[in-house]
Amino acid sequence: MTRLPEDRQPLLAVEHLTMRFGGLVAISDLSFVAYPREITALIGPNGAGKTTVFNCLTGFYRPSAGRLAMQVNGESLLLERIDGFRIARQAGVARTFQNIRLFAGMTVLENLVVAQHNVLMRASMFSMAGLLGLPRYRSAERAAIERACHWLDKIGLTERADWTAGALPYGAQRRLEIARALCTGPALLCLDEPAAGLNPRESAELNELLLAIRAEEGITILLIEHDMSVVMGISDHIIVLDYGRKIADGTPAEVRADPNVIKAYLGEDEAETLLEEAFADHGIAPAPC
Amino acid sequence: MTAASGLAAENSARLAPDWAAYLKDAALAALVAALLALPLMGLQTYDIGGGALGIRTHFDWVAIAAAAVFAGRLALRLWPRLHRRGDRRGDTAFARLAAWANRRLFAITLAGIALAVALPFLPFSSRYLIDLGTTVLIYVMLGWGLNVVVGLAGLLDLGYVAFYAVGAYTFALLARDFGFTFWEALPFSGLVAAGFGVILGFPVLRLRGDYLAIVTLGFGEIIRIVLLNWSPVTGGPNGISDIPRPSFLGLPFARSAPEGVTTFHQFFGLEFSPDQRVIFIYFVILTLALVTNLFTLRLRRLPIGRAWEALREDEVACRALGINPTNVKLSAFGIGAMLGGLAGCFFATRQGFISPESFAFTESATILAIVVLGGMGSQMGVVLAAILLVTLPEFGRAFAEFRMLIFGAAMVAIMVWRPRGLLAHREPSLRLGVRPSST
Repeated sequence: MTRLPEDRQPLLAVEHLTMRFGGLVAISDLSFVAYPREITALIGPNGAGKTTVFNCLTGFYRPSAGRLAMQVNGESLLLERIDGFRIARQAGVARTFQNIRLFAGMTVLENLVVAQHNVLMRASMFSMAGLLGLPRYRSAERAAIERACHWLDKIGLTERADWTAGALPYGAQRRLEIARALCTGPALLCLDEPAAGLNPRESAELNELLLAIRAEEGITILLIEHDMSVVMGISDHIIVLDYGRKIADGTPAEVRADPNVIKAYLGEDEAETLLEEAFADHGIAPAPC
Repeated sequence: MTAASGLAAENSARLAPDWAAYLKDAALAALVAALLALPLMGLQTYDIGGGALGIRTHFDWVAIAAAAVFAGRLALRLWPRLHRRGDRRGDTAFARLAAWANRRLFAITLAGIALAVALPFLPFSSRYLIDLGTTVLIYVMLGWGLNVVVGLAGLLDLGYVAFYAVGAYTFALLARDFGFTFWEALPFSGLVAAGFGVILGFPVLRLRGDYLAIVTLGFGEIIRIVLLNWSPVTGGPNGISDIPRPSFLGLPFARSAPEGVTTFHQFFGLEFSPDQRVIFIYFVILTLALVTNLFTLRLRRLPIGRAWEALREDEVACRALGINPTNVKLSAFGIGAMLGGLAGCFFATRQGFISPESFAFTESATILAIVVLGGMGSQMGVVLAAILLVTLPEFGRAFAEFRMLIFGAAMVAIMVWRPRGLLAHREPSLRLGVRPSST
């Protein structure tokens, strides 16, 4: 069922990941891979354990069992062994949050520059060079602003660079959070429901943005999403979770046709017709069963 | 037309005073005031001889207080504009002042510094005024130091006075046991206080908000109690006296110096005056405070300063961006503590005598009040609040026992009208300065 070209090595390999909270098993023996330059979507009903996977990947939770192997410069790095705050720097994994977590009181530009903290901190020699205003720090700061401007331009917020981030409209805040994650220079970008709360026009723009990120920057994307127009429209590869287990894994067409997925989303009866209607609503042709 | 007239009618109905309700409301407020005033103002103890106390009643004062509250409350209801909260944009004097201060920041800063420098030489200047200025500047410096921890990093620290004490005692002990002068001890005071800041930082890394406040409060008390009880070293409640005064590039301020030492007035050929030292001390703290200001303003624009603010806004997001929250918090505690320690060192040399009494919790509370009243993170706000908080009780001396009552009322008033502080305004650490293209 899974499309596995032999010549490609996955960027991220999740192997037998299990996460227990006391007696509750949030994720049970989950294995999947994300290939470089692909958009991999993680979908499933509410409470399926999607965000828990993200929290394990980005070091907020320590998995109860399993391996999370990330390819960095030809070496395999085990994410579960790295301190949470080091994952962004060492493994190049950046994320956004389901409930937007911007630095709301700071400006748009500052949000993007804070994301480049580690680079700037080294350039400022832990504030020594910065305090003295040495050229070494000033050029690093200029480079950081340039990088921020690059992404501001991509998300269409250049004109609002000096706005307070909290004052932006909701859709712009979502885009800014993605840009902030990109400013850390990630290899893998984990997006937790980037289309939540967006109107159809905004989620179409989001699709374009994500495709551009992949095409122009070569960044791999791992995506949690409920909006099927986003998931089906741009994903190369979909993993479906239900109650912490993987129930399907494949291309959008394969997943759409999978009886397990239909059952998980809609229950036993009338599932097929409803699902087809749902897909039709988003202008996606139902797959032949 | 009909909608408009309806609206107008509604407006006039809202504007017409509802006398019964207003009087009832004012009477209720007056009743509360009377209940409060009864024990506070109505009863006064006095000595009736032989060490016994009698009680004198002042019901007339209670009546005056209740009447004043009644009138005030009625006035508030009749003129709603008095009552309007300041967070509705730009409709209060202070909001306008804050906006104006922000536009003219550079000019106001220059004027403020010029005034501060000229203060000792102004015609109406007196020793009392310079002393008061010195006290204000100590609090300004402490406020700017605490601002790093509370205003920027968002870590509520109720024990800031501990670092002030550490700085003061570091200098006092170095001077007593090793003969350090003020200028030699100053860096050590800063370093030792910074060390204590980091030591406090470690156990509170995981704490935020209320929990952090309680632990820092406890830390402040621990330092004070250790100073109080470790008599062989700190002198206990007797404190340490004869702390050396600062010298001007090695020239002491004294009427007569021991053999081989030139005093300040001899060197410059001036008549000796004790005011020279007072003025010099004033300039020392002015310099320290201005250096503190430059240092913290500069840090704010560096990655570390932005990381502090980011940590205040969202710690989880900081982690996800690869920022080490431990380092960021410890640096905020360390640098805040260092500035407190430097101020402490100055305090010791100014007073010439320190004891644990000077480092009670009320000091921490005052410094925190300066930061909060001034507006979190606002450098200018700290100056304004320090001037208010230090000079208000001084002006109040004429009112004797009502001094603290007036002080408290002023603080309540400020918080009602400017809940985010007198000059709450955040200036971005960097700007792109792109103007929206004409649309």
